[in-house]
Amino acid sequence: MLGEGIIKGMVETARNFLGSYVRDDRLTTVEYPEERAPQIENARQFPFLVYDGDDWHEGMRCVACQICEKECPPKCIYIVKSKDKKPDYKGQAQFYPAVFDIDVSVCMSCQICVEVCPFEAIKMDTDYEWSATDRFGKLLVHKQQLARPNSHYQKLHPTDAAVSDAALARELAKAQAKAKAAVEAKAAAESKPCPPAVSPPTKTD
Amino acid sequence: MSGLDQIFVQLKHWLLAQGDGILSESAIVSLLLSIVPVLVIFPTLFAVMTWMERKGLGRMQNRYGPNRVGPFGWLQPAADGIKALIKEDIVPRAADRVGHLLAPVLLVMVAFTVYAVLPFGRNMVVVDLDSGLLFFFAVGAVAELAVFMAGWSSRNKYALLGAMRAVAQMISYEIPLVLATLPVVMITGTLSLPQMVLAQSPTPGWSLDWFVFTPWGAAGFVLFLIAASAEANRCPFDLPEGESEIIAGYFIEYSGFKFALFFLAEYLSLFAISGLGVTLFLGGWNAPYVTWEFIPSWLWFFLKLIAVLALFIWTRGTLPRLRQDQLMNFAWKFMLPMALINIVTAALWHWVSGAFTRWLVCSALVLGSYWLLGRGLMQGRQLSKRTYRFAE
Repeated sequence: MLGEGIIKGMVETARNFLGSYVRDDRLTTVEYPEERAPQIENARQFPFLVYDGDDWHEGMRCVACQICEKECPPKCIYIVKSKDKKPDYKGQAQFYPAVFDIDVSVCMSCQICVEVCPFEAIKMDTDYEWSATDRFGKLLVHKQQLARPNSHYQKLHPTDAAVSDAALARELAKAQAKAKAAVEAKAAAESKPCPPAVSPPTKTD
Repeated sequence: MSGLDQIFVQLKHWLLAQGDGILSESAIVSLLLSIVPVLVIFPTLFAVMTWMERKGLGRMQNRYGPNRVGPFGWLQPAADGIKALIKEDIVPRAADRVGHLLAPVLLVMVAFTVYAVLPFGRNMVVVDLDSGLLFFFAVGAVAELAVFMAGWSSRNKYALLGAMRAVAQMISYEIPLVLATLPVVMITGTLSLPQMVLAQSPTPGWSLDWFVFTPWGAAGFVLFLIAASAEANRCPFDLPEGESEIIAGYFIEYSGFKFALFFLAEYLSLFAISGLGVTLFLGGWNAPYVTWEFIPSWLWFFLKLIAVLALFIWTRGTLPRLRQDQLMNFAWKFMLPMALINIVTAALWHWVSGAFTRWLVCSALVLGSYWLLGRGLMQGRQLSKRTYRFAE
């Protein structure tokens, strides 16, 4: 009959109107500056540099290998390798980035830098409020602003962080076993007269 | 009847009596004292209505609506008004400057003029014309001229399209609008709006005496509301504006306060036509029962007016815009025959004796013709969920 659909529609809008005062699913607005919708665990916005320990410079995992710089599709990463070296978490001497800049206005949140990083050094942050008043000065983010502790990563992405930590722990265990084996071999070599045993540690990876 | 009921009437008489009766000599002062409240109250109601509408529509669409300016967004209309005032007033180079300026002014003038004959309360009417209803429609028709002036003088194809649509729509729906009010004229035997209100005065007891509680009144009221929303260019009949098709229709080339004037005129004519609907079918300023007359008559009028406006907001939140052919089909194939049948129903209501018999006959006539006309309009089309071949 004519008008049936109109009645149905009117009932629905009336239910929306009245329901918005009592039920959450009839009033889905999140009033943004005061409240924020929860993000999913895999949310990603902008990369940050992970460091271990308390000192951001000493503990920074990045070894300035520049893979991310080369892979970055919009080319928003800029790295200058250091002249000297500092020990990484395994105690191995590594280069570190003298300059590590990312341009927020160019980054497209693709996470490719994270995928290609062999050192678990760069990860995605979930902070999306990066507005600034200065387009050139403030939107170019420097090394120190990018550095975040590993605990931050564990808090943001617990599942991924567990995998990452396990991989690093494996690497560390392997390195320690190798060092131990080297020590044992050396000890064995000392006990028995033998040709020079271990080659000096080369730069690996 | 409480003293509050006549408080404004007595206030006017008291003001006129000041100055040793010099004021009461002058007809202009008396008229001004009647007109100024209208010029103040209805724009205020416009502000309240925009707030109500935005909040209501928001809630119907699962969101809050304005809530930033003032508590619950109460000051939003003020913010909108200030924004409209400080905006640049742009007139297109090719536009007819005189027509472009006059169109919104004329539209607002027309919208205000029709209030002259509306009774807002007991003894509260600016001029009690014997042919008030005729005056209302005659003056209201000038709005079409103003709309077309706006569309033509803008020299913009969208404005002209919108104006053409507006004129086609308003002329088409004016006929069912007037015909829907005819039964009331037939039953009351007068064209004066205060007389029509008096004809719906409550009788002692619990019977409802408004015309909407009769078969012809109910049908007339529904027809009147539909035609009124078309006359006021309200959703679902907002084709002349059609934001998604012709951007804003006839006032596309208007900015700043002239744009605000169009909105003001649109809402003022909506209030006027809703007030007419209240007067004709909902008993005007009458209380439903004698025992409820302790609430002042003017408050009754405004309560009913706001209820009708809420109904308009509700339909706006529900219905999508019609297509041009649907609009015209509906006007000529449903509204017009239904209004004509309603006139016959009113005649039968007058001539058939016996309360039960006339209720039966008139209801059967109204509902039967509604059913048949509805079938004719649907033309055997089965409405179902639309299926897509390639999408999805």
